Amino acid sequence: MKGLTPIVKKVAQLMSGIICIYGIYIVVHGHLTPGGAFAGGIILAGAFILLILAFGSEVIKLRKEETGSSMSESIAILGTLILATVGLLVGSKVFFHNYLPKGTIGELVSAGAVPIYNILIGIEVAAAIITIFLALIIFKEEEEQR
Amino acid sequence: MEILLSVILGFMIIGAIYALHANDLLSAVIAQGIVGYGLVICFLHLRAPDLAIVQIVVETITLIIMVAVVLDSSRKELKTPAGWKGSVNVILGLVFIGFMIYFFDMATASLDVFGEHTLRMSQTYIEQGAQKTGAANLVTGVLWDFRGYDTLGEATILFTAALGVLTVLRMKGKK
Repeated sequence: MKGLTPIVKKVAQLMSGIICIYGIYIVVHGHLTPGGAFAGGIILAGAFILLILAFGSEVIKLRKEETGSSMSESIAILGTLILATVGLLVGSKVFFHNYLPKGTIGELVSAGAVPIYNILIGIEVAAAIITIFLALIIFKEEEEQR
Repeated sequence: MEILLSVILGFMIIGAIYALHANDLLSAVIAQGIVGYGLVICFLHLRAPDLAIVQIVVETITLIIMVAVVLDSSRKELKTPAGWKGSVNVILGLVFIGFMIYFFDMATASLDVFGEHTLRMSQTYIEQGAQKTGAANLVTGVLWDFRGYDTLGEATILFTAALGVLTVLRMKGKK
């Protein structure tokens, strides 16, 4: 897949960092402000998709990235399940029990396990969208090579 | 507010009908975007910023992927002549629309007035959600505490979708 012109490349370079930070902000502040894991994760994926569209890459490199993204996706959802299962062992012994201390409402570190779930699912959503996008691109590239 | 929502819904319906009948598939995809972004405005007017953010981002990413797909394959829509089966489809569709209007009318008659109704269950969530979950954003609190199973299911669906795309689109073993 070929890249675009230097102007587009420069703008994408400058913008993607800001988009990435915004996505991380939405995920981390999910329990305080509107947004959350799903919205923030897709914004994060958008930053990467912008970079891939602007710069282009070879199939071998893309496949390496695809392996990484699908692996982080699996690890994130496994982490969510483990975190939820620990609730069976601690406290009132309920799946998805919020066992961590709640803290003060409105602070960044509060609401117990909710921010951790948010971060894990944010990673999962971002990695899943990137994986789907990369799979489509790699399929097209391999089709052209034949 | 109801008038504004009706106008936006009318625009969305026009966009959807145009998307069905456009000859150029690219303009059909763009017209499909009217539906999504109209829904964003509806969500914002119904005071649901969480849904609006998710909808606008998902719509944009979907539009990018759809445009890429259309540009890679053909832009012309393949026309198949509609025989007697077409009229059967139209009649069945009309009957189904009649059924839907009847049952929706029956269901909405038992609800409260538009904009005022809160069910008994959600009243409890609104009053005690912040104390019970400790999350200032009530939506996230409900998603990860009261409705944790639902959210886990959503995440699993996304995981499965990625897995399915990887399985369908691999070249090895396809021959």
